[in-house]
Amino acid sequence: MNGAVIALLVVLGILVIGVLWFAVTYNGLIRWRNRVKNAWSQIDVQLKRRYDLIPNLVETVKGYAAHEKEVLENVTKARSACMSATGPAEAAKAENFLAGTLKSLFAVVENYPQLKANENFMQLQEELTSTENKISFARQFYNDTVMRYNTRIQQIPTNIVANICSFRAEDMFEVEAAEEREAPKVKF
Amino acid sequence: MEQAYLWTQIRKNRRSSYLVMFLTTALLVLTGYVIGMAFARGEQAGAYLGLAFALTLSVILILATWFGGTKIMMAASRARRIEKKDHPRLFNVVEEMAIASGNPMPAVYIIEDSAPNAFATGRDPQHAAVAITTGLLGKLDRDELQGVMAHEMSHVRNYDILFAMIMGVMVGSIALLCDAFLRATWYGARGRRRRSSSSGKGGGAQVIILVAALLLAILAPIFAKLLQLAMSRQREYLADASAAELTRYPEGLARALEKISGDKEVLEAANRATQHLYIVNPIKAFEKRAAGAFSTHPPIGERVRILREMSHTMAPRRA
Repeated sequence: MNGAVIALLVVLGILVIGVLWFAVTYNGLIRWRNRVKNAWSQIDVQLKRRYDLIPNLVETVKGYAAHEKEVLENVTKARSACMSATGPAEAAKAENFLAGTLKSLFAVVENYPQLKANENFMQLQEELTSTENKISFARQFYNDTVMRYNTRIQQIPTNIVANICSFRAEDMFEVEAAEEREAPKVKF
Repeated sequence: MEQAYLWTQIRKNRRSSYLVMFLTTALLVLTGYVIGMAFARGEQAGAYLGLAFALTLSVILILATWFGGTKIMMAASRARRIEKKDHPRLFNVVEEMAIASGNPMPAVYIIEDSAPNAFATGRDPQHAAVAITTGLLGKLDRDELQGVMAHEMSHVRNYDILFAMIMGVMVGSIALLCDAFLRATWYGARGRRRRSSSSGKGGGAQVIILVAALLLAILAPIFAKLLQLAMSRQREYLADASAAELTRYPEGLARALEKISGDKEVLEAANRATQHLYIVNPIKAFEKRAAGAFSTHPPIGERVRILREMSHTMAPRRA
């Protein structure tokens, strides 16, 4: 075999390896992008859980603290606003408002020791605490996934494939407006 | 000294454990090679044969223990599987950690024992289980419980159970090889007096190889054990850092560890074989000596210090 044939084979070999590497990297990026999408939709799963728990909570509290009508109504109204919100910006605002009304409700419950000791209420409280945590952790996991994905598409040599195939960096879940960063005030 | 920051802690611990694993593999390879060579009276082929034997042995043992499973571990520890209704708070805490890690929910078990401890098993997050004693469950508040569960679940998602199994098999193989060689040499030496000496091929080099092999056969098992313990300690630190990554609240785990270390009670169902899987060494005598190279867990004081440092470096800046 002469030099030219060998040279040709080497070039061919390099090309094949290059194409394979490109395909493998592309597939990896697809997997990561889908992980990001999935993590985002998992947040909604937890948010819906919260909606489902609220009617039961309102009924239990009504049984003991009937004159706290205003607080209870706020919670119910906030929940409806969440479920009918259109678009992610409006939904985020509504969610934050609902969280605020729930905090007010639990603050008010402190005045009713019988209610606090009620078995049903305690279970609900655990469920709601857990649901709030799950929403937080789902958002945390979404952010972690976005971080990993963004790092991947920015690092060499994966960024070559990312730029050619238009993989864009995703946004993290962030609290948008300054007033949302403040904890909701509780009025007695 | 560099402050403990969440992400650097995780990377540092992973790197250390890979180094330990590499050293153990190197030790196993070296042992197989030298002993094989000594057996074959200096011939090259013998060395490769010894190596092949060591590796085959390891692979067989790994496969045998791979499918061994959670059920055996749980039965040995007298654990009872629970559903959400049995203990909603424990179940919720574990579920929250499953969401934070993006992994499926593990099976949850409770052990009737007043000594506080917890552990996790499972070859990967899809086949995982966590267990906690009634003693520990009663002592911890929600954040502390979550820290402990996060630590245990991190063992699974970092594949520590798999690591420990591979390390155990390698160390066991080294010990077996060395033991077999020492016995063979002992009996061989006694028999040689009655026979005429062998062909005398390369006599001087043969003796050197024999001495080297004997030294290695005595020292290698000890080194292997030390490496295994070092690995175990590194993975504990990693599990602590991973738990902090999940909860983003290292203070919870730090408080839980302090509560556990204050307790003097002995966990009945634990023994030497299972001690490395627990969050704190259940054999009290070992916990006392934890400052040394011979323990499976790092000292609790050190673990708490690192967790609190992570907490401090994680805190948001005041405007």
